[in-house]
Amino acid sequence: MIAEIGLAVLWMAAALAMLQLIAGGLSLRPEGRQLAALVRPVAVMQGVLVLVAFGALVTLFVTTDLSVKLVVDNSHSAKPLIFKIAGTWGNHEGSMLLWVTIMAVAGAFVALIERRLEERTLIATLAGQAFISLGFYAFLLIASNPFARLQEPVDDGQGLNPLLQDVGLAFHPPTLYVGYVGLSIAFSFAVGALVTRNVGPAFARAMRPWVLGAWIFLTVGITAGSYWAYYTLGWGGWWFWDPVENASLMPWLAATALLHSVSVLASRDALRAWTVMLGVVAFSMSMVGTFLVRSGILTSVHAFAVDPQRGTFILALLAIDIGSALALFGVRASTVSEGARFSFLSREASLVFNNVMLCGILGIVLVGTLYPLVTESMGVKVSVGAPYFNPVSAIFAFPMLLVMAVGPMLRWRKDRLDGERARRVSLPLAACGLLAVVVLVGVELTAHRISLLPALGIAMASGLVPASLLPLVGRNLRRTPFAVWGMVVAHLGLAVALFGMASESAFTTERLAALSIGETRDVGPWQVRLDGMMPVAGPNYTALEASVTARYEGGAPIVLHPEAESFANPPGTRNQSALLTRWNGQLYTVLGEQGDDGRWQMRFWWKPFVPLIWVGGLMVALGGFLALLGRVAADVRRLVAKDKIAWRRMRQGR
Amino acid sequence: MSVHENRVGENQAGENRGGARMRLGLWLPLAIFAALIALFVHGLLRPADTSVASAFVGNPLPQFDLPAANSERPGLATAAFHSGKPRLLNIFASWCVPCAAESPQLAQLAQSGAVIEGIAIQDKPQDLARFLANNGNPYAAIGKDDDRKVQLEIGSSGVPETFIIDGRGVIRYQHIGDIRPEDVPMLLAKLKEAGA
Repeated sequence: MIAEIGLAVLWMAAALAMLQLIAGGLSLRPEGRQLAALVRPVAVMQGVLVLVAFGALVTLFVTTDLSVKLVVDNSHSAKPLIFKIAGTWGNHEGSMLLWVTIMAVAGAFVALIERRLEERTLIATLAGQAFISLGFYAFLLIASNPFARLQEPVDDGQGLNPLLQDVGLAFHPPTLYVGYVGLSIAFSFAVGALVTRNVGPAFARAMRPWVLGAWIFLTVGITAGSYWAYYTLGWGGWWFWDPVENASLMPWLAATALLHSVSVLASRDALRAWTVMLGVVAFSMSMVGTFLVRSGILTSVHAFAVDPQRGTFILALLAIDIGSALALFGVRASTVSEGARFSFLSREASLVFNNVMLCGILGIVLVGTLYPLVTESMGVKVSVGAPYFNPVSAIFAFPMLLVMAVGPMLRWRKDRLDGERARRVSLPLAACGLLAVVVLVGVELTAHRISLLPALGIAMASGLVPASLLPLVGRNLRRTPFAVWGMVVAHLGLAVALFGMASESAFTTERLAALSIGETRDVGPWQVRLDGMMPVAGPNYTALEASVTARYEGGAPIVLHPEAESFANPPGTRNQSALLTRWNGQLYTVLGEQGDDGRWQMRFWWKPFVPLIWVGGLMVALGGFLALLGRVAADVRRLVAKDKIAWRRMRQGR
Repeated sequence: MSVHENRVGENQAGENRGGARMRLGLWLPLAIFAALIALFVHGLLRPADTSVASAFVGNPLPQFDLPAANSERPGLATAAFHSGKPRLLNIFASWCVPCAAESPQLAQLAQSGAVIEGIAIQDKPQDLARFLANNGNPYAAIGKDDDRKVQLEIGSSGVPETFIIDGRGVIRYQHIGDIRPEDVPMLLAKLKEAGA
């Protein structure tokens, strides 16, 4: 019964989306003006109905309803509850339902709370949102119905890929999804503003919290995904330039650029066409990413979600949605009038520079990701990896980071660096630059055989940490706006993450060892000893658990338990690494197979300062959160003040 | 792209030639996007072949001289492949399950006249003997590669893998994974081609 209700409600939501699109579209013409009143309530109702449909699917998974095909294929009654819930979106149909759910709920939110934007633009935005949603509804209802029943119920489900049974992973895809889909709102705003030719500060202020929110989720999602790959895949690496990782990085890069240009548009009324363009590009990258992951067009470690036919459907949606938005851009952008001008030495100019650099990196990643596809169409097979991505993206990233240190110190519109400004801006920045140079020389002299990129990374990070704090100097910290705090924290986080990345690639020690019980090995500053081996049983797996004692430079012993797990439903294995975190790095241990001679294959890494990569990533997200909090608080204050004024007026009028 | 911004302004200011160029520039994103879609369509229509073509195809075999893996067959050296007759080189191990699964196909190939040389990876004589007793022994010679050195040198990353080597010791084809019944005619054809 629940499955049928879910399906029926989903159809109704799709019908409402159609109504939202038609009413929204018609109301933009003079003769259809009365229809405008319909759009907001319909958008809200659509959000509610989709939520009900999604709730129905979650219920089916939680109760393990074995007459529903999707549940049988992806769940199992013996699975822990949290993975039953996560199983809802750990498959193609469910994740597409999650996609439309987030999209419709976000649309409902916009309809409920957005009051600053001109009404016509808002209606056009909601119609645009309905247009994208409709494509996904069609996809769900025609090609991937999540509520399909089986002819005959079966005894038990197939289970879930063991690699996916991980708490981190249970929440990694939905986090990224919120980010991807949040960008759809930015996209719809851009389309709405193009339709009504209303690109200006009000549009930017309405769009900004959505961009910020989506960007925060993307940042958290990428950071968490990177950490997940690091500790479950047992390869000891944290970023592989895998097509699917790139698919999440590209929207992030575009969203980062958009975030900055939308701020310029909101406060300075400059960069109009560019901001609209980025709004379209950011969501395009989400769609391209989804397409790359789902179609299996590129070979990837994430190949568990692949189906070429679905690829065709997503490709069609991609072509229709983005193609029409870009065509609209071509028609309308020339009528978007120029924004305010600014000089070469100004905060706007530095933001433009960084936007261009970010887009450069985006281009590099896009080309690198798709290059195998291009050469394959000419009959040559290649794979592109770190040797291309690292140095080529560094060409853009390093200048960008330099300007990131300078930009926040500059004034809007026009700045000059002499007299008093030299003392305030040039000298402190020069001091940070000097620090970076000293660190670079120091690293080159003391540590041998460090390649150029990590050495430069460490040097830049050490200069960036103080430089990113400079905007706080001379301010009353208690009265500093949240947005400034957010910027400082995010920039600082980037410097911290850069330091972690550079340190990881410069100083990692790796040991491969075949150990008998009781044997000891040195791994960098650590002595590790294999103490014993124990069989253990989990809820739906059995495992061998090693006991490893590690001592840091002869200090107190610490016990670690790396595991090799075997799953029965479906069959599979997973090497659960064991990590030991100190303030100055992480010891990473992996248990392999037993050799013929009875010794155990083990792999150890000592990675100095590697946790800073994810700490930095989370700081970047926290910075975004602070900025968002600041914006939302300001909006709420304004609303309250407006209400108060209205109330006073009413009372006085009485 | 930020250049767009200024040019949009110039356009408004009435600089016609720059404006026309600019209007074309605004269509550039759509053009790039169309190219991207064309690439995707092309990629989807050509179902991805997930095997990695070996960079070693076309290269001569490296020099090696492996000792015998057990008492039944002699060891294997590069010299064996310079006889003028193309051969199959099968990389296998007794501990590898797909290797046992492909044994009927190897037997069929041997029956059709293919000479099959073997390299056993990290194997023990008694395990190997049991494996050959259970699954048949189609090999002319079996070399023993305990540290996987030769395996890596010829560009093989796992077991089983089967190479076609022509009469002058040049690698002509690499088959990754087990040989399935439907692969046998293809391998025989390639073997014949290598002999021509």
